[in-house]
Amino acid sequence: MKAGDATPGWVGRAVPRSEDLRFVTGRGRYVDDLKFPGMLHAVVVRSTHAHARLLGIDAAAALAVPGVAAVLTFADIAAHAAPIPVRTGPLEGTERYLQRPLAEDRVRYVGEPVALVVARDRYVAEDAAELVAVDYEPLPAVVDVAAARADRTLLFPEAGTNRSCTYHVGLGDVDAAFARADYVRTETFRCQRHGAVPMETRGLVCLERDGKLEVWGATKVPFWNRRTLAAMLNRPVDSIAMIEVDVGGSFGARGEFYPEDLLIPFAALALGRPVKWIEDRREHLMAANHSREMECELSVALARDGTLLALRGRLAVDMGAYTRTNSGVVPSKAAQFLLGPYRLRHFGCDVELAMTNKTPVGTYRAPGRFEANFFRERLFDIACGELGIDRVAFREKNLIRPDELPWSIGKTVPYEPETEYDTGDYPGLFRRALEAFDYTGRVKRAAATSDGRLHGVGFGCFVESSGAGPAESARVVARGKGRFDLYTGTSSAGQGHETSLAQILAGTLGVPLAGITVHHGSTGLVPQGFGTFHSRAVVVGGSAVMLAGEKLLAQLEALAAERGVAVASLDLEALAGASHPALEALATFEVAKRTYTYGVHLCHVAVDPETARVDVLDYLSTEDVGRAINPLIVHGQAIGAAVQGLGGAFLDEFKYDAEGQLLTGTFADYLLPTATDFPNVSALTFEESPSLLNPLGAKGAGEGGIVAVGAAVGNAVAHALAPLGVAVTAMPLSLDNLARAIRTARGKGGS
Amino acid sequence: MVEISLTVNGQSVRGAVEPRQSLADFLREALELTGTHLGCEHGACGACTVLVDGAAVRSCLMFAVQADGTKVVTVEGLAQDGELAPLQRAFHTHHALQCGFCTPGFLVTATALLAENPDPTPDEVRAALSGSLCRCTGYIGIVEAVLAAAKAGRG
Repeated sequence: MKAGDATPGWVGRAVPRSEDLRFVTGRGRYVDDLKFPGMLHAVVVRSTHAHARLLGIDAAAALAVPGVAAVLTFADIAAHAAPIPVRTGPLEGTERYLQRPLAEDRVRYVGEPVALVVARDRYVAEDAAELVAVDYEPLPAVVDVAAARADRTLLFPEAGTNRSCTYHVGLGDVDAAFARADYVRTETFRCQRHGAVPMETRGLVCLERDGKLEVWGATKVPFWNRRTLAAMLNRPVDSIAMIEVDVGGSFGARGEFYPEDLLIPFAALALGRPVKWIEDRREHLMAANHSREMECELSVALARDGTLLALRGRLAVDMGAYTRTNSGVVPSKAAQFLLGPYRLRHFGCDVELAMTNKTPVGTYRAPGRFEANFFRERLFDIACGELGIDRVAFREKNLIRPDELPWSIGKTVPYEPETEYDTGDYPGLFRRALEAFDYTGRVKRAAATSDGRLHGVGFGCFVESSGAGPAESARVVARGKGRFDLYTGTSSAGQGHETSLAQILAGTLGVPLAGITVHHGSTGLVPQGFGTFHSRAVVVGGSAVMLAGEKLLAQLEALAAERGVAVASLDLEALAGASHPALEALATFEVAKRTYTYGVHLCHVAVDPETARVDVLDYLSTEDVGRAINPLIVHGQAIGAAVQGLGGAFLDEFKYDAEGQLLTGTFADYLLPTATDFPNVSALTFEESPSLLNPLGAKGAGEGGIVAVGAAVGNAVAHALAPLGVAVTAMPLSLDNLARAIRTARGKGGS
Repeated sequence: MVEISLTVNGQSVRGAVEPRQSLADFLREALELTGTHLGCEHGACGACTVLVDGAAVRSCLMFAVQADGTKVVTVEGLAQDGELAPLQRAFHTHHALQCGFCTPGFLVTATALLAENPDPTPDEVRAALSGSLCRCTGYIGIVEAVLAAAKAGRG
């Protein structure tokens, strides 16, 4: 199919977003803005121990507080406290480590829910929560992979091991390739535990009305969560409505099925009153999914001329205390994306998932990719440095050429079929990105600058998958007077889908954008929806919109022909009358294959060797997204993702002490980028290689902006510190960590 | 309960509040001005910023009783007679927001900045905004919007 033929006009235009008006005037409606008559407020009592036997809970004092309606513990919810199942990324063995909505007889991380207090307002509920007396018998805490591996203390004694899964994936004959290599280099890399941390914490308001359980505050995957909730509550699926309101960011973490997603609906049903729960920030930092903490021993095999022969990895991932709904995605995608955009015919990776007494792990924007790209791109620069090969020439030699696409990377994820990179010009974009950044000039200037700091330039190349199936649906209804309602099965956490999806429909129908209203994220809008993750809302959801629009257009054309008028002069106002059946179309777009974006991130830093302060003097993110529906929104995604990634590279870190206590549980300790940290970030979006897998030609645009930040920053800082002989193998490149690395290098006799 | 009276967005308001109720909760719960958002409740994220007698303050760190007798302006009070303020328009045209959750705090903080310094440099804008967190935009669009609004205001 040819991309974009049916969508002239609106698609590709940088239209300011239609959702902005309500947000800039304070009229957005987020879950905490909802009020219902008789509504009660819930507060979760959370474990203060990383690992302990739960001997008993005495709620008497809490129940005695005036205004307290209930204190629920495991015994109260036991009939509905099934383990929360895996939604995606099932790795064999991990299902033995699922979490129940409340702890039964053992707690496994600081922050694990042990009771729920419901009261007339939040203040009273918090007072009462402090009075819930929980009797713990502390157990030794397992706080890192090495301790988990030792299996001396078991988180789940019945499983017999803390290693929830180990597996191997591979391509070709990696041992033979290593055996014939002229050069082999192995290095161990680490990425620190950090996470999505959206500005709005999680929250829910639940109530039963006319026999239907309403769950307000749903997002990401409401249809899947509805099925899960229905099974746990033992209710028919269609007796539950998941309703999405405005969402203050997700970045992968928000909207998965968490313990509270059972507790709050359960409490509302049990008490017969609406119940609101709004997570506070400290809770969010210890209760919502963490991500990214892993270690990788990576080896590369090269021929003397720099030809890449093989890559072999040993990946160990700290999974935290439980298998969450998408836990397996993080390690399995890290392993897959070690391959990158390179001509690698021999590849092997051993993957190990270790359970620890820390907050459970789940996906955060570009799960596994951010880490893997850092590991690989860093190793390639180390190898190039040692062999005296120019790192640009190395990429030019080994990047997959356009004539080699599609390029199969085989079956590198246990629970997924074989996959292949679809369309692109990896070396072409690489060259253009280097030119746009004036890479050669910068490297020269970096070497010549004498401002007391060490300058460095680095880059990281990537491929990024997007557009996960299996399908998405869209429904379009003509309301007359030029107005159309568009209903989508995707969700929005603030990305701007109300504008992008409306542009696709306006383009398909050839009508003004202003007449289209987009409804998203709720289970009542389309018969079946799949949600928003894996940069799929426009790729898959937008394609469904286009198909629904085409169906509706065909109806309009038939009607016009019947009446002997042109479509444009059809009197939709008259059609809106009750005598005529609604003009409406439902379409589902199915897709089995994923589409791959690609690009390069480049970074120029200056490091003060005395203070270890790093200034990011310039940062450029480039990505080919196939087709940008709204370049303004795509650019915003790229910039925002880059700065988020710079936080991950330098600042964000969930630190734990030896007892498994979270040390960075406030915004004073968990450092996020602010407006003064990274002022010089830019992005270039390319549309050279439309996807052939969907009628829009689109590829995802939400995650490529973050995937290679660690890689580019790591290589730039390593380049700057090369004269000191500093090894850059671990993130974050915080002041502390870098200062230590500089001291270590100097101690070894570096200049 | 303590009786308080104050002016919010130009309107006289009376209320009876518990001494421990935060100004943010009073605005959101009693006055239903839900544009003021709570992102951290420990004064670090800036989403709850409002103007109290012209100064940008964190309404999560101030008790409602402390606002007795003051003039408070929230994000709902920035537009005049249904007309968006230059900052609000600039946020829209410069794509200075995505999820919108932090936006009210940024708008109010920038309003205070431009009242004090109508012609700020980019660095001054960044410094003024550095007490507010945004996870979506990377701040680039926000800074551009504030500079554009400043220029329009001088226009």
